[in-house]
Amino acid sequence: MSRIDTTFEKLKQQNRKALIPFITAGDPAQAFTVPLMHGLVQAGADVLELGVPFSDPMADGPTIQRASERALKNGMSLRGVLDLVAEFRKQDATTPVVLMGYGNPIEAMGWEAFAQRCAEVGVDGALTVDFPPEESHEAFEHLQAHGIAPIFLLAPTTKEARIEQVAKLARGYVYYVSLKGVTGAGNLDLSAIEEKLPQLRRHIKLPIGVGFGIRDAATAKAVAKLCDGVVVGSRIVQEIEDSTEQNVVANVGRLVQELRVAIDNEKE
Amino acid sequence: MTYSYPDLQGHFGQFGGVYMAETLIPAVEELRDQYLRFRDDPEFKAEFEYELKHYVGRPSPIYHAKRLSDDLGGAQIYLKREDLNHTGAHKINNAIGQALLAKRMGKKRVIAETGAGMHGVATATVAARFGMECIVYMGAEDIQRQAPNVFRMKLLGATVVPVESGSRTLKDACNEAIRDWVTNVETTFYIFGTAAGPHPYPMMVRDFQCVIGNEARVQMPEMIGRQPDAVIACVGGGSNAIGLFHPYIEVPDVQIIGVEAGGHGIASGQHAAPLTANSKVGVLHGNKVYLIQDENGQIIETHSISAGLDYPGVGPEHCLLKDIGRAQYVAINDDEALAAFDALCRFEGIIPALESSHALAHAMKIAPSMAKDKVLLVNLSGRGDKDMNTVANLKGITL
Ligand SMILES: Cc1ncc(COP(=O)(O)O)c(C=O)c1O
Repeated sequence: MSRIDTTFEKLKQQNRKALIPFITAGDPAQAFTVPLMHGLVQAGADVLELGVPFSDPMADGPTIQRASERALKNGMSLRGVLDLVAEFRKQDATTPVVLMGYGNPIEAMGWEAFAQRCAEVGVDGALTVDFPPEESHEAFEHLQAHGIAPIFLLAPTTKEARIEQVAKLARGYVYYVSLKGVTGAGNLDLSAIEEKLPQLRRHIKLPIGVGFGIRDAATAKAVAKLCDGVVVGSRIVQEIEDSTEQNVVANVGRLVQELRVAIDNEKE
Repeated sequence: MTYSYPDLQGHFGQFGGVYMAETLIPAVEELRDQYLRFRDDPEFKAEFEYELKHYVGRPSPIYHAKRLSDDLGGAQIYLKREDLNHTGAHKINNAIGQALLAKRMGKKRVIAETGAGMHGVATATVAARFGMECIVYMGAEDIQRQAPNVFRMKLLGATVVPVESGSRTLKDACNEAIRDWVTNVETTFYIFGTAAGPHPYPMMVRDFQCVIGNEARVQMPEMIGRQPDAVIACVGGGSNAIGLFHPYIEVPDVQIIGVEAGGHGIASGQHAAPLTANSKVGVLHGNKVYLIQDENGQIIETHSISAGLDYPGVGPEHCLLKDIGRAQYVAINDDEALAAFDALCRFEGIIPALESSHALAHAMKIAPSMAKDKVLLVNLSGRGDKDMNTVANLKGITL
C-alpha cells in the first residue's frame, strides 16, 4: 500500500480526518523548507502538499503568488524541490508528500524523468493545476509506471460526467476546490460544499480533501465534518510571510497545532 | 492538400488543447459549444457582417505603397489597411465577434487582457456599443508606455486594472484576467485578444480575424490581377497574422511569413520571438505552444519596444504552420522596426503601430533583392497614435 493509502486507512480506523497543510518549497528560503516540513508533521499534519513555484501561478491569489516569487528569487527549481524531498525522507519515511504546481516545469524536465525522480526521492503524488484529465494521458502513464499518485482537482462547477471520469483516473485522494476563485479567497460557502459532496461520493471511492479558502480553526473544523481531509494553504503561507527567520518554524507549528485540535474535535 | 485544424479537442497537431484549472473547464466547454452552435448560424453571421461593415468600416482597403517601393527599388509593397478600422487596429474584428457571442450567452460582464491597449480599447468599445460592464487588465509597465489608450478605455466606460505582478506586461495581464474569470465564471465572458489560449479561443479568434485574408483574396486580383507572392504579418499572440494567413494556406505559390519581435536581437536573449529563437514546447495560458522559458520551465521576461508583441508564447496554429513548413517565421529587432516606422511616415503619410512596423520592416528588408514585379502584401495591423510617447522617448523628445 502507498504512503497516502496507508495514512488515510489509519485515520479512518481512528475515526479522524486528515490535516493537509500546503507550503511553497523555497519560501522563505530553501534552508527552511525541510525544517518546516518536519515542523508541520510534529504539529499534527498527516499529508504534506509542497508547492513547486512557477513564474505564472494563474490559479493562485496574491499570498501564494508572493511565496512563488520569493522562492524563485531564492533559486528554487523543480529539481531542487525533489532534492529537498530526498532530504526530508532521511528522517521521515512515512508522511506522504504531494507536489503541487503547474505543468510547465514538469514538461521542461520531462514526465518520465520527473516520475522516476519522484519515486527515487519518495514523492507520493503530483497535482498539476493546469493539466485536466483530457490533457494528462502521457503524464499519467509515467506517473502510474512509477507508482506516483495523480491527484486531481474537482470544482463547484464540475459536472457529473467529469466527476465520473476523474474517479477512474485518480489515485491517493481527490482534492475538492471549495470555492469559485483563486487560492486564498475568502468566500467559502459551507452549505454549497455540503450540497456537492454527495454527488462526489457517488463516484469517488477515494478520500476527498477539501481546500481553498480555509483560513481559521473554526472553518477547518466545519469543513472536516463534511469530508476526509482539510487542506490549508494561503493561511499558512501568510504566517510564513509574517514571521521572521527566527520564529517562522515555531509560528507555523503553533498555527497547525490549532488546526489539528479543531479538526480532531469536529464531533463536538 | 487539405488543411483542417484544430481537431475536436482544439489540437493543432501537438499544439493547442485545453490546459486550464478545473473550475474553468466547464466555462471553456460551454464557450466551445455555444460558439460551434452560432458560428454557422445565418443570423449570427449576418449580424457580425453588419457590424463589420457599418460600425468598423470594412472592407479595409489595400494600398500600394508605391513611393516606398520605388525607393527600395525591388518588390512592390502593398498594405492591408487594418489601421483604418474603427478603434485603429484589427483587434475590433475579434472583439465584435466575441461580444455578439457574449450577448447570446446572456453575459453582461466582459473582461479582457491587453498589452498595447488596442484589444482593451476594442473590448471597451464593443462593451459600450452593446451595453456591457467592462474590466480590462493591463500590466503596469504597459500602462506607462501606452497611456493614451488607457485614457481611451476610461472614456469608453471601462475599468482599467493595473497588474503589478511578474514582468508587469501582457502575460501578467493574462494571468490576472484568468484569476478574475475563475472567480466570476458564471457572470463573465472573457473576451480574449489573440489567437491563443485554451480551445476554442485560437480557432474562434482566427475565424473572426479571417475577414482580413478573405477580403485580401478578393482585393488583390482586383488590383493586380493575381494573388501576392508573399503575405507578411507581425506575430504577438498571432491573431492579425492568422487572420491574413489562414485564407492563404491552401493558395499555392503564396509565401507566408510571420514576423516576431526580435527586441535587442535573438542572441541578446532579450526578445519576444519564440518561433525564431527555437524555444521549447511548453504550456502557458491554457495551451501548448512554443514558449520562451528557462531550463527549469519558468517563463522568462521578454522584451520588445512594442507592447503588443511583448509576449513569451505564440498561438498554437503558428506553431503548427512552422512545423509543417507552410509558414516561415523571422524576427525584426527594435531598431529595424523603428526605421520602418519612420519610413512609412515619411514616404506614405501613414503612421503605423510599432507592432505592424515589424511586419513592414521585414518586407523592406527583402524587397530590394526581389524583382520589381514581385508583390508583398503586409498586414498593417494598426495605427501608431498610441505609440507617440514611446517613439518620442526613444528619440529623446519629451511631449
Ligand atoms: C496593432 C497591433 N498589431 C499586432 C498586435 C499583436 O497581436 P496579434 O499577434 O494577436 O495580432 C497588437 C496587439 O496588441 C496590436 O495592437
